[in-house]
Amino acid sequence: MTVFITRRLLQSLLVVVVMSLLVFFGVNVVGDPVDLLISPEADQAEIEATIARLGLDRPIHEQYWYFVVNALKGDLGTSFIFGEPALKLILQRMPATMELAFVSLLMSAVFGIPLGVYAGLKPESRVAKTIMAGSILGFSLPTFWVGLMFILVFAVMLGWLPSTGRGDTVDVLGIPVSLLTWDGISHVLLPAFNLALFNISLVIRLTRAGTKEVVHQDYIKFARAKGLSNRRVVLVHLMKNIMIPVVTVLGLELGGLIAFSVVTETVFAWPGMGKLLIDSIQLLDRPVVVAYLMMIVLIFVVINLVVDITYSILDPRVRLKDVKA
Amino acid sequence: MSTLAEKQPAADVPAAVETPWRRFASAYADSRVAMLSLGALGMIVFIALFAPFISPQDPYDLAVVSIMDSRLEPGEQMFSGTTAWLGTDGAGRDMLSAIFYGLRISLGVGVISGVIAMVIGMSIGLAAAYFGGRTDSVVMRVVDLQLSFPAILVALILVAILGKGIDKIVIALVVVQWAYYARTVRASALVERGKEYMEAATCLALPHSRIVFRHLLPNCLPPMIVVGTLQTAHAISLEATLSFLGVGLPQTEPSLGLLISNGFEYMLSGKYWISFFPGIALLLTIVSINLVGDRLRDVLNPRLER
Repeated sequence: MTVFITRRLLQSLLVVVVMSLLVFFGVNVVGDPVDLLISPEADQAEIEATIARLGLDRPIHEQYWYFVVNALKGDLGTSFIFGEPALKLILQRMPATMELAFVSLLMSAVFGIPLGVYAGLKPESRVAKTIMAGSILGFSLPTFWVGLMFILVFAVMLGWLPSTGRGDTVDVLGIPVSLLTWDGISHVLLPAFNLALFNISLVIRLTRAGTKEVVHQDYIKFARAKGLSNRRVVLVHLMKNIMIPVVTVLGLELGGLIAFSVVTETVFAWPGMGKLLIDSIQLLDRPVVVAYLMMIVLIFVVINLVVDITYSILDPRVRLKDVKA
Repeated sequence: MSTLAEKQPAADVPAAVETPWRRFASAYADSRVAMLSLGALGMIVFIALFAPFISPQDPYDLAVVSIMDSRLEPGEQMFSGTTAWLGTDGAGRDMLSAIFYGLRISLGVGVISGVIAMVIGMSIGLAAAYFGGRTDSVVMRVVDLQLSFPAILVALILVAILGKGIDKIVIALVVVQWAYYARTVRASALVERGKEYMEAATCLALPHSRIVFRHLLPNCLPPMIVVGTLQTAHAISLEATLSFLGVGLPQTEPSLGLLISNGFEYMLSGKYWISFFPGIALLLTIVSINLVGDRLRDVLNPRLER
């Protein structure tokens, strides 16, 4: 067990180091921020002063070394555009992204599970076939276009929900949360549902497959034979047995939601980290891009590590196979 | 004509005429949805190939496009007298023509990146399976690692590093996709490697390259065709997403994603058609490729249920 965890930790560390090299050198070799940041009218002295201030005159490996040393101190550089620490900018926007991701995770479960159970219980019915066709659409529709259509229908044509931005927020433990005001909730509904569409489809498929399998098990037959109500059989006996894979996959998809929120945030002008990344790429704000990418790589490495270790505890075969390989 | 009539009775004897290809074609044709989507896909490819000849207007010829025509509603008449069936965009381009040209770019980028990724992924996957041992475990580690990150994230990292441009998007899409091909081809190559014909080829002391490319590769192709179709749809969708975000293709290569993005600003004032119709075209393309791919999977893999 210790061997396995140590190995995985070292592997994760290696991934982070490789990614930092890739990201830092990649971003710094391409695109010259000097042209972008200094006004064309600036004279040579001003240009040189700015370059020296931003540290762009040093050799690239030296820049990387400072980057690593500072990163370990929690300083990922200063934004060229905002003039503020990049990490601070990202952390400021993180709660908004997390909120979006969690609300859409919740929506995936709330919409996905009942629809999936229904489709599994009555696979031949017309409703079930419609649900399954809908889930195929959910898989193949490009998220951003669906988001646009949501804005068109619900905001422009019907005028029910606001189309862009985040609503009023209330501070809970110093973190702004928009789920406590009606305005906030109305702003989060459309983007969260848009982000959830893919996962709703995924949960529908998983739940349906699980239901179809479990329905024919002896314990369900026995529960029915005992004369339990249909409601109780489905909600207690069936649900308990299909939830494990669904919960696992939903947990795993959290990382995907955070990554995919880049798209949804841009469509709905949601002030999260994803929108910050896109804006920064376009403005060639390298420190923020590098900081965001390092941050998200770290989030993913941690998620993968936790999942691997959890699996190895639940299923010893995983860690034995790995040690042998 | 007479030979055809004579051959007709022979068709009743299945063993005489049933070739693998025909068996495959008739199994595919059993599904109406699959035939329909194949037809739709054929039409889309036709439009993409012949866009310059069938579009009502060359949307990027400044001599033809007139700003007077901007933001016409679908069905209105343009200044030149032709009808803009799907309306016009902010610069006065006929949307139908813009979509035809956009399909060309979207499909082109998707197919080219798919083919390159397939060649690279297939070579790496085959090598991993054929040589086994250390090569195999290193390659598969890298594949697993890459697949543990969502495609959109890998693509974003790459475009952040590489910048804009059609070649860079193709590179990003190739990097995103190769791992799927490598994994699929490795799985089927491992199965094939244990079979007798491979043993025979090895006993004949044929060179590695000949065994891999002439014996192993052809037998690993069927699952690759399925992955190839589905991945191409995925690549098209991803390119559209990146272009929509403004980090994909430059404005000089107006793919469907860029057309949708350009219409975004008009959306809030109710001018839906600039974003809506390119989206429908994108949707039809992706869904028809996916349905064809699904059917191919069902037909090529008889073990699957249904």
